[in-house]
Amino acid sequence: MAYAVVLLLLVIGSILFHFLSPWYFTPLASNWSSIDDALVITFWVTGAVFVIVNLFLAYCVMKFGYKKSRRADYEPENKKLEIWLTVFTSIGVAAMLAPGLYVWAEIINPPEDADVFEVLGKQWQWSYRFPGEDGALGTVDTRHISSDNPFGMNPDDPNGQDDILVSSNEVHLPIDRPVVALMRSQDVLHNFTVAQFRVKMDMVPGLVTQMWFTPTKLGKYDALCEELCGVGHYTMRGHVVVDEEADFKAWLKTHPTYAETVSGTGAAAAIAGLSLVEQGRMLAESRACVACHSTDGSSGIGPTWQGLFGRTETLVDGTTVVVDADYLKESILNPNAKVVQGFAPVMPPGSYTETELDALITYIIDGLGEDSE
Amino acid sequence: MSTIAHDADDFVASAEVPEMELYHPKTWLGTYVFSQDAKVIAVQYFCTAMGIGFLALIMSMLMRLQLGFPGTFSFINPSVYIQLVTMHGMIMVIYLLTALFLGAFGNYLIPLMVGARDMVFPYVNMLSFWIYFVAVLVLVASFFVPGGPTGAGWTLYPPQAILQGTPGAEWGILLMLVSLAIFIVGFTMGGLNYVVTVLQARTRGMTLMRMPLTVWGIFMATVLALLAFPALLVSAIMMILDMTLGTSFFMPAIVSMGQPLDHTGGNPILFQHLFWFFGHPEVYIVALPAFGIVSDLLSVHARKAIFGYRMMVWAIVVIAALSFVVWAHHMYVSGMNPYFGFFFATTTLIIAVPTAIKVYNWVLTLWRGNIRLTVPMLFAIGFIFTFVNGGLTGLFLGNATIDLPLSDTMFVVAHFHMVMAVSPVLVVFGAIYHWYPKVTGRMLDDTLGKFHFWVTFLGTYAIYYPMHYLGFLGVPRRYYSIEGTDFIPESAMSLNAGISIAAFIVGAVQLVFIYNLIVSYYRGREAGSNPWEATTLEWQTADTPPKHGNFGKELPLVYRWAYDYSVPGAEHDFIPQNVPPSSVEKGTNETNQ
Repeated sequence: MAYAVVLLLLVIGSILFHFLSPWYFTPLASNWSSIDDALVITFWVTGAVFVIVNLFLAYCVMKFGYKKSRRADYEPENKKLEIWLTVFTSIGVAAMLAPGLYVWAEIINPPEDADVFEVLGKQWQWSYRFPGEDGALGTVDTRHISSDNPFGMNPDDPNGQDDILVSSNEVHLPIDRPVVALMRSQDVLHNFTVAQFRVKMDMVPGLVTQMWFTPTKLGKYDALCEELCGVGHYTMRGHVVVDEEADFKAWLKTHPTYAETVSGTGAAAAIAGLSLVEQGRMLAESRACVACHSTDGSSGIGPTWQGLFGRTETLVDGTTVVVDADYLKESILNPNAKVVQGFAPVMPPGSYTETELDALITYIIDGLGEDSE
Repeated sequence: MSTIAHDADDFVASAEVPEMELYHPKTWLGTYVFSQDAKVIAVQYFCTAMGIGFLALIMSMLMRLQLGFPGTFSFINPSVYIQLVTMHGMIMVIYLLTALFLGAFGNYLIPLMVGARDMVFPYVNMLSFWIYFVAVLVLVASFFVPGGPTGAGWTLYPPQAILQGTPGAEWGILLMLVSLAIFIVGFTMGGLNYVVTVLQARTRGMTLMRMPLTVWGIFMATVLALLAFPALLVSAIMMILDMTLGTSFFMPAIVSMGQPLDHTGGNPILFQHLFWFFGHPEVYIVALPAFGIVSDLLSVHARKAIFGYRMMVWAIVVIAALSFVVWAHHMYVSGMNPYFGFFFATTTLIIAVPTAIKVYNWVLTLWRGNIRLTVPMLFAIGFIFTFVNGGLTGLFLGNATIDLPLSDTMFVVAHFHMVMAVSPVLVVFGAIYHWYPKVTGRMLDDTLGKFHFWVTFLGTYAIYYPMHYLGFLGVPRRYYSIEGTDFIPESAMSLNAGISIAAFIVGAVQLVFIYNLIVSYYRGREAGSNPWEATTLEWQTADTPPKHGNFGKELPLVYRWAYDYSVPGAEHDFIPQNVPPSSVEKGTNETNQ
């Protein structure tokens, strides 16, 4: 009897939890309300089954407790009942599958007039690419990737010359425009997910995958990696900022085209005109240093930069070192040379120009206090 | 419909074959270490699986420490965290659940329940355990190699599994793959034993349709294992080759940590197809034995035939067959051809139908039953409740559209724990309380059992039910820390802390169970040979615990199916399978109400 009551309370409790808890879908900010609708239909069908089956279970437990004077019923089969139950279940299953497949057809078929942009993932940061005036993204290949050509642009493809390269974790998109995200990875599997957009897709090295959506609300949204990609998986985060058309265009202009990065003109030159500390801050963001190194003292995959300069650190081999500009430079170019004790040797080595190194080091030494974090 | 028994008139006359010659050991080593007695081998599997499983349980406690109380324990850094996630998952699925259901329960129960003296290949059976044991040692060794164990997730996806940036990419992953290969060899040996024994060594009168559902569940799971594990084996070998010989099965052109690698032309999605072609049947390898066992627990303790036995058998067979055509529901967001989504969503939702029928039949077994709320029955009912929950959430994930927002979130983690870690484990516990008296001759303590049940049942529900809602929010899985986003509210952190506390309590109460197992061995109430008054053959042995050879001088002869409970007109409310119609005591009480 007590058991039956417990089962009843669990059913009621589960339902109450569902309706009263603050934890439900993060508010939608894209066109994919049909996914939410399909979810709600599934909730109703499965919810009904959950309640009915468990209440029946509780009833049986309550009513048919053991009595020595009683015997259980002896009815090993009931063909009619079994057939009806099969039919009802199939109807319920179809009721969930049909909307699911219908919406799936929409999900995999982007509209003809959708814009296109690219998301490039690598351990452990995002970067993005927009087609320029010609509306076409240039071809790329992992084998072209180098420190001068981080996007792996095919230098011979004219379509790529005016592509706008966004070497930052943050991307902007115009509101109310359907957009296809073409996605690729240069190293391992990743997955670009914005909870508010509902759709997501893995990024597979060697392939281009895609998903499409229409942002419908202005705002700044977290983008998370949702395919385990190593130690920095949890910190591989970016932002999608949904702008009005004009603001989006203005933002786009602040990023260089591929041609400009090659020649060092235009927006690329504008970056060069900033103060060394400013350049350093931008690099720390765009090269995703801050994914692992905090600037406010909090712990992460790598040592925090707060108070780093001048600190005495103990290395994994037990020796100590005073952190000066030389140590910083060495650790950026050759991260595994002198790893601080308590940290894993997972920092990716990178190629930097002298100016970039100067900028980063200046930022680490002088620029942290100006951060509004 | 006959008034005494189901089909007592037709027992199958067999061709006369001489009995199998059992190997009788002459040394202590031969009796207790390299034993060829399936019952001893079963206990060996049980102890090894429980041991390694306990280790994995502690790993999960550490994971919950980090999720519930982030940063409290500095030794749980991001690298250690995903190594824990990986090893916990792999150990629990393969080295605990599969080994327990097939190796432990299969070895103990199959020969006894079909009326055989032992498995048909006893020497190979002995080898299968020791090979499993070596596989466990190799796996544990990966904790001690440079770089530590792999942190690639139990799914071991390339390219990350073998590349810098993932812990254990040099040695840990290699030992993991080698351990899996060894495991597969051992389980192929064991699997052949279980399948051939069921097909060939049933005693006279034991037709396939008179076998208890426990045997059907383990039998079909073994068939699945024999057919599915090869896919894992080949994918493991291909990954080893990619790592060691520089082949490119799964490796396209890659720039890893700034360095271009030598590979080119491979496709990571190929691994996922191979892995999940194994991986989905694998979850049914865990679930089907649980389904079979729980049917028998319900039947015995409700004193009522399992409802719809034939449908139950067909459902097990259909589920097993369908389980081979649903695998890519694990891959909706993998980047595979999106049109596959239509096919796999359809097959996945179809498999829900036979599964639902089983659920209805379990509850209908209790309907108008005479339910003894023994500890095994408590667990069996707990199974039904939690499996309904876990099975239903599978319908969310199986539907491609709805999978999109939920994939790789805590919703998935909640679903697979509910349906693989909670429900089948409740069955494992129920089964242990049920068969311990046969294995040891003593009953487990009832009060401790009830306490163990209530804390485990309520506790695991408290852990995993709310976890689904973290998934609805969009909280990702395999994340060391979910702090620092704008959209995940503080309350989600508090929920994580609450879930962790529930987890610690559930973890701790298992110690009560272990204590019960050990102490009852010496001080438990003596059980006699059939304390639950069950019909199946294992309870009709000459000795309890059964000796080598199981049934004494003469093998039993079977006259009826396994579910003659509360037969109208019979004196007792059960008729064992080996009681001939002429020996059934007729009751004075003719009615069944």
